[in-house]
Amino acid sequence: MTIQEIQNEIVDEFSMFDDWMQRYEYIIELGKSLPLIDEKYKTDDNIIKGCQSKVWLQGEENDGRIMFTADSDAILTKGIIAILIRAFSNQKPADILEANTDFIDEIGLKEHLSPTRANGLVSMIKQIKMYALAFEAKQ
Amino acid sequence: MIDSQKIRADFPILNQTVNGKPLVYFDNAATSQKPQVVIDAEANYYKEINANIHRGVHTLSQLATDAYEASRYKIQQHINAKFSHEVLFTSGTTHGINLVANGFGSFLKPGDEVMVSALEHHSNIVPWQMLCEKTGAKLVVIPMNENGELILSEFERLLSEKTKMVTVNHISNALGTINPIQWMIEKAHEVGAAVLIDGAQAVPHLKPDVQDLDCDFYVFSGHKICGPTGTGILYGKEAWLNKLPPYQGGGEMIATVSFEKTTYAELPHKFEAGTPNIAGGIVLGTAIDYLNEIGFDNIAAYEHELLEYGTKKLLEIEGLKIYGTASQKTSVISFNLDGIHPYDVGTIIDKLGIAVRTGHHCAQPIMDFYQIPGTLRASFAFYNTKEEIDALVEAVKKAQMMLS
Repeated sequence: MTIQEIQNEIVDEFSMFDDWMQRYEYIIELGKSLPLIDEKYKTDDNIIKGCQSKVWLQGEENDGRIMFTADSDAILTKGIIAILIRAFSNQKPADILEANTDFIDEIGLKEHLSPTRANGLVSMIKQIKMYALAFEAKQ
Repeated sequence: MIDSQKIRADFPILNQTVNGKPLVYFDNAATSQKPQVVIDAEANYYKEINANIHRGVHTLSQLATDAYEASRYKIQQHINAKFSHEVLFTSGTTHGINLVANGFGSFLKPGDEVMVSALEHHSNIVPWQMLCEKTGAKLVVIPMNENGELILSEFERLLSEKTKMVTVNHISNALGTINPIQWMIEKAHEVGAAVLIDGAQAVPHLKPDVQDLDCDFYVFSGHKICGPTGTGILYGKEAWLNKLPPYQGGGEMIATVSFEKTTYAELPHKFEAGTPNIAGGIVLGTAIDYLNEIGFDNIAAYEHELLEYGTKKLLEIEGLKIYGTASQKTSVISFNLDGIHPYDVGTIIDKLGIAVRTGHHCAQPIMDFYQIPGTLRASFAFYNTKEEIDALVEAVKKAQMMLS
C-alpha cells in the first residue's frame, strides 16, 4: 500500500470512534502492541529528546525501502508512534519525503503534533524524513 | 476566613469549560490567574495615564511616574525593605537572579565558592554556573534527602571562608518544601557569604520580611502573585546594590554621559536601564493590594487545608506516590502513578478539564535524585476548592484505569 492508502485506512478506523476517550483507548492499545525496538538501538544516538517523553527511532534500509522501529517511555506517545510507523515504514525514501502528516489532524490528534508540544513527535517526523533523505542520497 | 465562592467571582478565567469540562486550574506554581481588579488596572493605565516615566515635565508623565513610584513604595512596605530604592523592578525572578549573578563576578576569584541547593529551579542554577565558568569559582551543591528537604548538617559542613554566595529558594517549586532560610542566612553570614533568596514560590503564600530575614537579595516574580507577566522584584540591601556594577547600560540608568566617561544614576535607577514595563510595575502594586485585602494569614491557612485534603485524597489512590514530603511545605503536591509516565496522565486529565504541570518542573537535578522522568504537580491557590480536588482525584483514577 502507498503511504496515502495507509493514511486513509487509519482515518477510516478512527472515524468509528465517537469521543476522545475511545480514540485514546485505541491509541493506548496501539502503543502496547508496538513491536519493541531492539535494545541495542535504544542508544543515546537514536534518542529524540522531547521535553517530557523520550522517543527512540531506528531506520534500516531493506531492498530500497526504509524499515523503522521506535519506542517511547510514554504510552500515548508510543501509540502515536505506532500510527506513524505504520504509515511510513516499509516505504521508499522518495515517497516518505513527499508525504505529509495531515491525517493526524483528521484523526483528532493535531495537538500532539504541535511544534510546541513537548513530546518529541515533531522531532521524530523530522528524523524519519532525515533518514529518507540520507538513504535517498545513497541510492 | 476565605469565602472561595466570593473570591472565585473575582477571577473571570476560572468560570469556563476546557474540553467540555469545567476548568480546574491547579498549575498555580507556574503562574497564577488574575483578578478583575488587576485586569482593569492594566487597561486603565493605558486608557488614562500612559506616558514614559522619569523624564517628561508634562502631566501624564508625572502621573505615570507617581503611580510607578507609588507601586515601588507599596512593595517596599509589603516586604518591609528599609528603603524604597532597595526595591528594583525587573521582568521576573530570572532577570533578578541574572542581574545579581552578572555583577557578582567582580567579587569572585578562582577558588572561591558559590553555593546552590539541590532543590533549585534551573534559573537559580544556570546563571551561577555561567558565573563560575567565567570567574573560575566553584559551584557547590547543598544535597537533599528523600523527603525533599535540604540536609542542613551538610550545608554547615560545606560552608567555609571560601563561600562567597549562598543562593537558595525560599520554597521549592517542584516539591513545595519550605527551606529554613532565616537560619541558613545567619549561618552563611557567619562565614561572610552573601545570600540571595529565590522567593518566586514563597510570595504567593506568605509575606517575606527582608529585614527580619536579613538576606542580601530577595527576588520574585509578579505573575505568580496575581500580577502581570513580565514583572518582578529584586530586593537588595543598599550597600550591596551600591557595590554591584550595573547590569545593562542605557537610558534612565545614567547621571551624565560623554564619550569619555559615563556616571551612573543613583539607586534604584542604576539598575533600571531603558523604559521599563510601566503598566506592569504599577499593576503589580494593585495585585499586592488585592492579596493583602484577603490577608496572607487567611491565604496560608486555607491553602494548608487544601494541601492536607489533597494529600489525603490522592494517597487513597493505589499506586500513587507523592514526591516531597517535607514537614514544612506549601500547597504543592508532586506525584506519580506506579508504572505510568506523568506525560500520559497529564494528557488524559487535561481532556477532563484539569490543568496540572507535568515534567521536570525546570528542576532536573531533583528528578535525577528520585530517578524519575518527571512528576505531575498539582499546586493549589486560595481560589481553588475541595470540590476541585475531588475532580482531580476522579480524573487521575480514570487516567490510571485507561493507562494500566
